[in-house]
Amino acid sequence: MEDYILEMKGIVRTFPGVRALNGVDLQVKTGRVHGLMGENGAGKSTLMKCLVGINPPDSGEIWLRGKKVTIPNPYTALKLGIAMIYQELNPVLERSVMENIWLGREPMMRGAAGFLVDHKAMYEQTRQLLSELEIDIDPKIKVKELSVAKMQMIEIAKAISYNADIVIMDEPTSALTPNEVKHLFDMIRKLKERNVAVIYITHKMEEIFQIADEVTVLRDGNHIITEPIEKMTIDSLISAMVGRRLTEMFPKMESKIGDVKMSVRHLEVPGLLHDISFDLRKGEILGVAGLVGAGRTELMEALFGLRQRSAGEILIDGKKTDIRTPADAIKAGIGFLTEDRRLNGIIPVLSVKINTIVANLAHYTKFGVFLNHKKISKDCEEYKERLKIRTPSLEALIQNLSGGNQQKVLVARWLLTNPEILILDEPTRGIDVGAKAEIHTIITKLACEGKSIIMVSSEMPEILGMSDRILVVSRGQITAVLDRKEADQETIMRYAAAKYNNNQVA
Amino acid sequence: MAQQSDVGKFINRYAIFIVLVVMIVVLSFLSPSFLTAQNLINVLITESGRGILAIGVAFTIISRGIDLSVGSIVSLTSVIAASLVQEPSYSARIFPNLPLLPPIVAVIAGLSAGTIVGITNGALIAYTAIPPFIATLGSMIIARGLALILTNAYPVPMLRPEFKIIGQGLLGPIPYVVIVFALVALIAYVILSHTRFGKNVYAIGGNVNAARTSGIKVSKNLIAIYAVSGFCASIAGILITARAASGIATLGNNYELDAIAAATIGGTSHTGGIGTVPGIIAGILILGILNNGLLLLGISPYLQQVIKGVIIVSAVVFDMRKNARQK
Ligand SMILES: Nc1ncnc2c1ncn2[C@@H]1O[C@H](COP(=O)(O)OP(=O)(O)OP(=O)(O)O)[C@@H](O)[C@H]1O
Ligand SMILES: [Mg+2]
Repeated sequence: MEDYILEMKGIVRTFPGVRALNGVDLQVKTGRVHGLMGENGAGKSTLMKCLVGINPPDSGEIWLRGKKVTIPNPYTALKLGIAMIYQELNPVLERSVMENIWLGREPMMRGAAGFLVDHKAMYEQTRQLLSELEIDIDPKIKVKELSVAKMQMIEIAKAISYNADIVIMDEPTSALTPNEVKHLFDMIRKLKERNVAVIYITHKMEEIFQIADEVTVLRDGNHIITEPIEKMTIDSLISAMVGRRLTEMFPKMESKIGDVKMSVRHLEVPGLLHDISFDLRKGEILGVAGLVGAGRTELMEALFGLRQRSAGEILIDGKKTDIRTPADAIKAGIGFLTEDRRLNGIIPVLSVKINTIVANLAHYTKFGVFLNHKKISKDCEEYKERLKIRTPSLEALIQNLSGGNQQKVLVARWLLTNPEILILDEPTRGIDVGAKAEIHTIITKLACEGKSIIMVSSEMPEILGMSDRILVVSRGQITAVLDRKEADQETIMRYAAAKYNNNQVA
Repeated sequence: MAQQSDVGKFINRYAIFIVLVVMIVVLSFLSPSFLTAQNLINVLITESGRGILAIGVAFTIISRGIDLSVGSIVSLTSVIAASLVQEPSYSARIFPNLPLLPPIVAVIAGLSAGTIVGITNGALIAYTAIPPFIATLGSMIIARGLALILTNAYPVPMLRPEFKIIGQGLLGPIPYVVIVFALVALIAYVILSHTRFGKNVYAIGGNVNAARTSGIKVSKNLIAIYAVSGFCASIAGILITARAASGIATLGNNYELDAIAAATIGGTSHTGGIGTVPGIIAGILILGILNNGLLLLGISPYLQQVIKGVIIVSAVVFDMRKNARQK
């Protein structure tokens, strides 16, 4: 036997109506980064949840360091040296950063007071951990005060702090910007030096080629290939994932750019946004780039009435429109796909169908009262096909869908509302390559129909490939409005960092 | 979002205590007999039973549950403990042939009964996944029924003085019941803020997935949480019985509502993961002082209820706004 630290053999896992894993094998070597890829719903997260005891497998074997083990719950997994960063973030919002990190294994006092938690030690250990990982967060602050990116960094720090031999990372970078990703990759390299095996799940090709040593591809709950990364190309990887070749990634069509649809003038949100002014035209896709924490999401929330502005005005079709609440925004023809879908978007215990149409109920009533079920089913069915939403049925609870498929439902929800102005905050986060292209196509088509689109994205290729103009936000201010032709990754990054270093860019 | 001034933050954070102080000040002006040592001790005596109840219930609310059975546990504890310490000379004893038992046996029996009901609640919730509301609604009705069966709905009077002293004795000027209340509060504070179990309670209520993925054994903790609640309820049952000098099968009726109200006024959030012992104590004192003050002012008992209801709802509205504003 080679030096495999982990072998999973013939793992089968079914859920009502779905066979999520169909006899999957996975072999991971000590001190290596093992990429795990596949479309939304391929079974990646489920396979990992089999490993950490959240969804123990129906059948199949798990061998750890050459010994067969059974892992009935996360407690056992942690004891066996397996830690995981979950795709859906898992913070206890009302508690402090340090309590989150040491949850279930708090440092205790010594001697007779051994039943008491040692808060001082907890604080010290957290500070040490965070400074080692170069994460600048106060251990005592409540997690709910943090941005999604910071929460993600805390989850990463927590997983590392277990000193596990196997660290699973399920789409850890979906909320991070390039700099933070680089930072994470440095951490992963340090883990490798300590002989830790990392299982790394992502939909981002460039990450896999940067960090993985081997890669395994799953499709429909089946193992397709495992290869050293040198033997793979982007094309071969994609065709292994989707079972066919994909042609175009960013199907940008030239749309006719029309009159100004919305103007924002001197918008202020105290402490977050300063003097924001820009125009959005009909038929235009306006990309919004910037670092995490720069205020892009906050800007969108202010436009949508989720955040109160202290000054400034918003004009729609040249008319002053006072948007104070989301209801005002919707009335003004604005739709908003939020960045943070777990917390703001899905209604976990309702069906896929209801989740798809809930923002649009008025559109689906007969006589303004009764739901028109035929029309609902038809539209849901259509979007399920177009976005390739993998679900046993439209009646299934959305919480049982894979992370990426939940996102697709939300994208469908806002596309269905057919607003004049559509704000998309990270529209393809966590979505696989095939569906990503489909979402891009839909966005482009909407623009061609004369709708105005604002698209926040941390993915450079997406910003560069899709936008007509690009707004760069840096520390709450607009530092540049770039035309499609003059934009490139370096220019954007330079403007994005502008307000963070003192030497201003020209 | 407007920056909050430091004063605003202070008021938000300590709102419940400020309300308490304001009430005390106002009542001292309105009624001369309010701010006397005897009256304040009376308030404490009256509220200590329900206070202990509220502390126990708060554990379940913080874990994002509820315990409706605590009132019935008070009743059950009351009749069980009382039936074991009746005067041998009394002819209509529940257990006519019972030998003379040390009162500690009655206390232990009462506490065990409450804890067993609590453990049962916890096990039901942990292993059958029925909602805590339903599980404890069931045991509330069952425990109430058991207390009635045991006594045939008659009171259990003529308790021996060694038992009654628990409820009526004094240490200096301070009644035992108040001391027990203070001890329970102190211990609960240490548990919630300074032990692993306490952290688990907050984590389970705040985000049960986070708790589970961090290796916390959620089921075991749930059982312990409901055991704590049952145990506290039976302590309250013993104290109230000893003070009333009689076991009564309907003694605790509706106490669960007072306890839940006190915990809620004290800032324990029903969305889980939020609540502190000092807050709960402030909550119970507010309710107690309100009762006492309205009585001293001679306000009709019916109007008293209306006022109490308004205050409870306002407290929760205020609290939710406070939590929302911090977002
Ligand atoms: N708790 C559950 N109940 C029912 N079905 C489930 C459950 N968890 C997962 N599934 C189903 O199992 C399949 C695989 O899901 P999984 O989450 O493993 O996908 P994934 O590869 O991680 O996808 P993504 O890239 O979108 O995260 C999906 O069809 C999903 O609907
Ligand atoms: Mg997944």
